[in-house]
Amino acid sequence: MAGEVKGWDRNQMAARAAEELKDGMYVNLGIGIPTLVANYVGDKDITLQSENGMLGMGPFPYEGDEDPDLINAGKQTITELARTSYFDSATSFGMIRGGKIAAAILGAMEVAENGDLANWMIPGKLVKGMGGAMDLVAGVGKVIVVMDHTNKHGDSKVLKACTLPLTGKGVVDRIITNLGVLDVAPGGLRIVETAEGVTEEKLRAATEATIV
Amino acid sequence: MKKVYGSAKEALDDVLFDGMFIAAGGFGLCGIPELLLQAIKKAGTKDLTFASNNAGVDDFGIGILLQSRQVKKMLSSYVGENAEFMRQYLSGELELEFNPQGTLAERMRAGGCGIPGFYTKTGVGTVIAEGKEVKEFDGQEYILERGIFADLSIVKAWKADDTGNLVFRKTARNFNPPAAMCGKICVAEVEEIVPRGELDPDSIHLPGIYVHRIVQGTHEKRIEQRTTRKREDV
Repeated sequence: MAGEVKGWDRNQMAARAAEELKDGMYVNLGIGIPTLVANYVGDKDITLQSENGMLGMGPFPYEGDEDPDLINAGKQTITELARTSYFDSATSFGMIRGGKIAAAILGAMEVAENGDLANWMIPGKLVKGMGGAMDLVAGVGKVIVVMDHTNKHGDSKVLKACTLPLTGKGVVDRIITNLGVLDVAPGGLRIVETAEGVTEEKLRAATEATIV
Repeated sequence: MKKVYGSAKEALDDVLFDGMFIAAGGFGLCGIPELLLQAIKKAGTKDLTFASNNAGVDDFGIGILLQSRQVKKMLSSYVGENAEFMRQYLSGELELEFNPQGTLAERMRAGGCGIPGFYTKTGVGTVIAEGKEVKEFDGQEYILERGIFADLSIVKAWKADDTGNLVFRKTARNFNPPAAMCGKICVAEVEEIVPRGELDPDSIHLPGIYVHRIVQGTHEKRIEQRTTRKREDV
């Protein structure tokens, strides 16, 4: 049990994830904390993809400017930018499956030390569907998971093996949690850094997965 | 070549039959063929199978056909916004086949291109791969997915000319082109039918060869999640 250790908050996790993005990258951001990453890209030239058929996703519209024909993958009204292009869903997932999208940043329920990812269903609970998550994790260049290190019961979400149905097998490259940053490496996870106020000992104690 | 019909009802009159397989365009409530769906409801066609990314909401989109129990099976990637869908699914009244979103789009595109199957990495090692052929290419595993060949395609576009050339608007394009391609007959509802020559031939999103019937109508175009920022933020 991690006890009092909090580490980064949601915005700090998003800011840390934004450091992963480099000039010129085409990126897909998932729902939740990953969406906040867009607030921290600063001067970097990043193009956001929305998998319902858009590159160059802009911010929410001003009140009164909402356009029902312009939404993101979370079905929220958004805006276009000078660089925006639109395309159909087959083309959109063609660029995802074809590895043209440099990175996807997404949330997770569980991640395992071999890179397995579970984020779409809990058996016995209402299943809504995987949407584009399975295509994204199988196709994009780099999969970065941003999530809390433990669940609300204090149990580790960074596991030796996932217990929930998988979204992808061996697909995760990097995990950013409130406690730090871990990479999927041969034999287990490698600590890249710890969050402010979090010792390596505390990170290890909150992690079920093997740390190499 | 007469492709323009007076109403959604007229355009669908002789093509609907019980138990048919329909591919529908749209993402969420964006770019859905709302008028054609209403006409199918009125026609009362039953035991329908739909390939559609979503299932609408309770009172809009495919949701209206769920209310009237006209749908037997759905092929979708995400159905979270529809309570009636969930009720029918959990009670066993409705069959559901989850397809990853990109796999569903490619299955439609492939069917429209005469491709009966293709291999993809999406879903390898997950429940989606169960019962599907796994094949290794260059040391990586892929699963076989089938092209979709539907009896009917129903789509929504922004503009058409009378030859069926279509132009979509912003993210309302989404599943409409691949859905249009994979049906034996495609009916498109549009906001405006313009005279021949008015659409720029270099800017046609879907050539008229895929579109057999066109109807013009007024669309409600409902917004699912209205998100805005305040002007003071400038």
